[in-house]
Amino acid sequence: MKLLSYLRSLAAKFFHRKQVADEVDEELRAHIQLRADDLERSGLDRVDSERQARVEFGGQERFKEECHEALGGNFITSLIQDLRYAVRLLRKSPGFTVTAVLTLALAIGANAVVFSVMNAFLLHPFNLPHADRLYAVWRPDVGDAHESYPDYLDLRDRNRSFETLAAFNATEAGMNTGKEPFDAWIIEGSGNYFDALGVQPYVGRVFHASDEHGPNSAPYVVLSYGCWHARFHDDPGVVGRTIQLNKHPFTVIGVTQPDFHGTIVFFNPDAFVPIVNHAVFGPDDFNARKDRWVFMVLGRLKAGVSKAQATADLSSIGAYLEKTYPKDDGKIHFTVARPGLYGDFLGGPVKAFMTALMLLSGLILLAACANLGSLFASRAADRSREVALRLALGSTRTRILRGLFTEAVLISLMGGAVGLLGSVMLLHALSAWQPMPRFPIHMPVNPDAYVYALALLLSLVSGFLFGAVPVRQVLRTSPYEVVKLGVAARDGRRITARDLLLVVQIAICAVLVTASLVAVRGLARSLHDDFGFEPQNRIVVDTDLTMSGYSGDQAPAMQKRMIDALAAIPGVESVGLGDGVPLGEGEGDSNVFRDDTSDLIPANVVADANRFDVSPEYLHAMGTTLLAGRNFTWHDDKNSPPVAIVNQEFARRMFGSESKALGGYFKMQEGKRIQVVGIVENGKYNSLTENPQTALFLPILQRSSSATWLIVRSERDPQQLGAAIRSTLHNLDGALPVSIRTRYQTMDMALFGPRMATISLGVLGLMGAMLAITGIFGMAAYSVSKRLKELGIRIALGAKREEVLRAALGRAFKLLAFGSVAGLLLGILASRVLALIVYQATPRDPLVLAGVVFAMALLGLIATWIPAQRALSIDPLALLREE
Amino acid sequence: MPDQAQILPGTLDLLILKAVSLGPLHGYGVLLRIGQISGQTLLIEQGALYPALFRLVRQGLLKASWGTSDNNRRAKFYELTTAGRKRLREETEGWNRLVGAVASALAAQPEEV
Repeated sequence: MKLLSYLRSLAAKFFHRKQVADEVDEELRAHIQLRADDLERSGLDRVDSERQARVEFGGQERFKEECHEALGGNFITSLIQDLRYAVRLLRKSPGFTVTAVLTLALAIGANAVVFSVMNAFLLHPFNLPHADRLYAVWRPDVGDAHESYPDYLDLRDRNRSFETLAAFNATEAGMNTGKEPFDAWIIEGSGNYFDALGVQPYVGRVFHASDEHGPNSAPYVVLSYGCWHARFHDDPGVVGRTIQLNKHPFTVIGVTQPDFHGTIVFFNPDAFVPIVNHAVFGPDDFNARKDRWVFMVLGRLKAGVSKAQATADLSSIGAYLEKTYPKDDGKIHFTVARPGLYGDFLGGPVKAFMTALMLLSGLILLAACANLGSLFASRAADRSREVALRLALGSTRTRILRGLFTEAVLISLMGGAVGLLGSVMLLHALSAWQPMPRFPIHMPVNPDAYVYALALLLSLVSGFLFGAVPVRQVLRTSPYEVVKLGVAARDGRRITARDLLLVVQIAICAVLVTASLVAVRGLARSLHDDFGFEPQNRIVVDTDLTMSGYSGDQAPAMQKRMIDALAAIPGVESVGLGDGVPLGEGEGDSNVFRDDTSDLIPANVVADANRFDVSPEYLHAMGTTLLAGRNFTWHDDKNSPPVAIVNQEFARRMFGSESKALGGYFKMQEGKRIQVVGIVENGKYNSLTENPQTALFLPILQRSSSATWLIVRSERDPQQLGAAIRSTLHNLDGALPVSIRTRYQTMDMALFGPRMATISLGVLGLMGAMLAITGIFGMAAYSVSKRLKELGIRIALGAKREEVLRAALGRAFKLLAFGSVAGLLLGILASRVLALIVYQATPRDPLVLAGVVFAMALLGLIATWIPAQRALSIDPLALLREE
Repeated sequence: MPDQAQILPGTLDLLILKAVSLGPLHGYGVLLRIGQISGQTLLIEQGALYPALFRLVRQGLLKASWGTSDNNRRAKFYELTTAGRKRLREETEGWNRLVGAVASALAAQPEEV
């Protein structure tokens, strides 16, 4: 009640300032008139009585002020006064203001960017109704979400936890709209896909469960907004038109909303088709339980169903499947996982990395606050005479502190605004960036209300944080002492709060510098690591022959023609063929069993080996060393006994040792016995950080594939060679869509994580370094300016340059050394975390250690250069004259 | 006005409430009324009256409205609210208790100790 009326009068005061002021004026005037009337009646004339009345009334201005105060609006008035005063002060020292605002802008901007990314990928990935209840069915044992179509149907129909379960698969297809055909990325969705997610069409309609009537019954396509915009120029008349996907006709029925990009963040498909028409996109069997080709099964949990309940529910379905189909479904564990980053597969590392990044950028902000805190403390010290004067004139300490805080918060808000602006621009660029040209990968990170709220919160918190540093200083100010002794009265204590702040700040910066150096070194080393193949001087050509209509036996024949044609290009040493390349995007995998295993059930699998179907020249073209046995020949075809080349890890796990492996047999899932004829070195197949994995190479003629990856080994310039390859293949088949990249480019996906990690850590390290410079500079400049008189006397008494410098900057350097060592140690500890993401990240690297020490020393030197010059150029005469 | 006394701190609010409780008054009227009911012995600085009035309005003890004075001047009139009446009663009791206690303390004789 009281609060309410207070607020009301506050609001009234704020919105009707003028009116309230007028009313107060009028009331006081009325009082004086009334009093004058009385005085007039007692015999004075009007003029005298009015003057008399005013005298009796006392100081009108003072009472007016008190009236305003009594009305409760005083807070706003004095806030405005404080603001005006703060703005005036800040404008008086633009250097300080700009430094402070920029420092904060950097720190808050970094936090806003990191938080935006985290928000977009982890916290609020989808703009869908009840997106928080959206979960995918996850198989933790295998670490993926693939299901076979029959298993999906069982999951959909038997679960009691989800509103409904939808399935989707991502695939690449040639799209022909009547103009130039192009590679499109397609989501094949179950009939209930859009309804399960709650997606509305933008134009036309989306497909529904009622559209499905068995295989190949729904040749409809829903375009994504992006594709519609880019390829159909926002033409609403597109609905009803027929386009071709992999040379099959599909009718366009609608366009999705602009903000719907499917359910994998990053990944922006061009179109959505019903999954029942899968035969157009792949050879997978709708009825085979073993064939787990469906990319993901997901749905929204029913309201009130917990993750644990859903997991239990799914597990009972898993048990049912295991019991009913022991041959196909081994022991299945189901859990639920977030679909956006493909469950834990990407979600785990991304979450860990983003958390680490958030922590580091939090540290940046802390360092910035420490930095500004000490700047503010110095300013307050410089202003202690003014503070003393104000105190002596009757100002309250609260009022002075409020002024200080107003100044701090003003700076922090400006910094926050600038930082936010910068981060929005950066994120805009990030959204437009396509890190992997072959994939429809975008990072649409748009700051939303959460980001703005965080930036505001951080600004306010940091403002109060660094504004609080000089509080004690002001509270202890004794006007008498200051006015008597002057400002130079030094704090007797050896370690001040300011020193401590500086050490903390330098330590944080050293942590950041260490972390970024460790990451950069790790990346540099991992690029020159032994991959089990040679990425230098290789061009990779990839295409899928089904997209241009080669099927069955046509594919191997076409592949052979392509190999021969490319091998004939001058300067090409060899051309290898595979159905994928290691650390690329296309490789497959196969379950393998021991030769004596008769029951080929999931429980008896020895390994799920990375499988490459390759031509005889593959090993040479790739640069993979054959350690023992023989290479394939073009005679290893369907008419000769099945053979394989395996890597060392495969040999060890399947046979116990490499020597036993050569000539040994193993079995594939379909029961085929295969003899090992060669052994190659281990390599990296899926990621740089993986442990040794099993790999299996099969001759392309014994296991044909339409996925065609040609590895061209040549010392020629990639640009020229690429053009020659393109024209050669064009002569072979003009309609074949091919992508031509260097081997390093095909590794973009595998290198994406480490690269991003290195870039972000590098940026943070740079920011840390900048903060260290401004922090040390501020401290050194301040200590020189405080001790000008002392230094002047020293110089007058004949001190040498080194002595002057030691006196002026010794403390700064001591603090720098102390902070750096602490930061280095902390950084080394923190690098254990980095090793999870950045391959080969080890801080126990003399180069890194030396680098950090060198960097910090350099930073110290840069930061103290100007103050040192100033200390050396002191003219004792001029100085003493001034005093 | 020779025999006027400075009022004790904190008693101004009580006096205003009392004055207004006898009938709606404008600011100057409050001043006159206090003079009248205290037998012209209590001196109130004229300007100091207004911050107190504004404070009492803000606390919801008084309400104010513009009106016309006896000699036809526009003035703001104050009257007690229910909360103001209650407060006046409480404060009066508190004051009486205090005065009684102080008086009896001052009246104490050596032999009573």
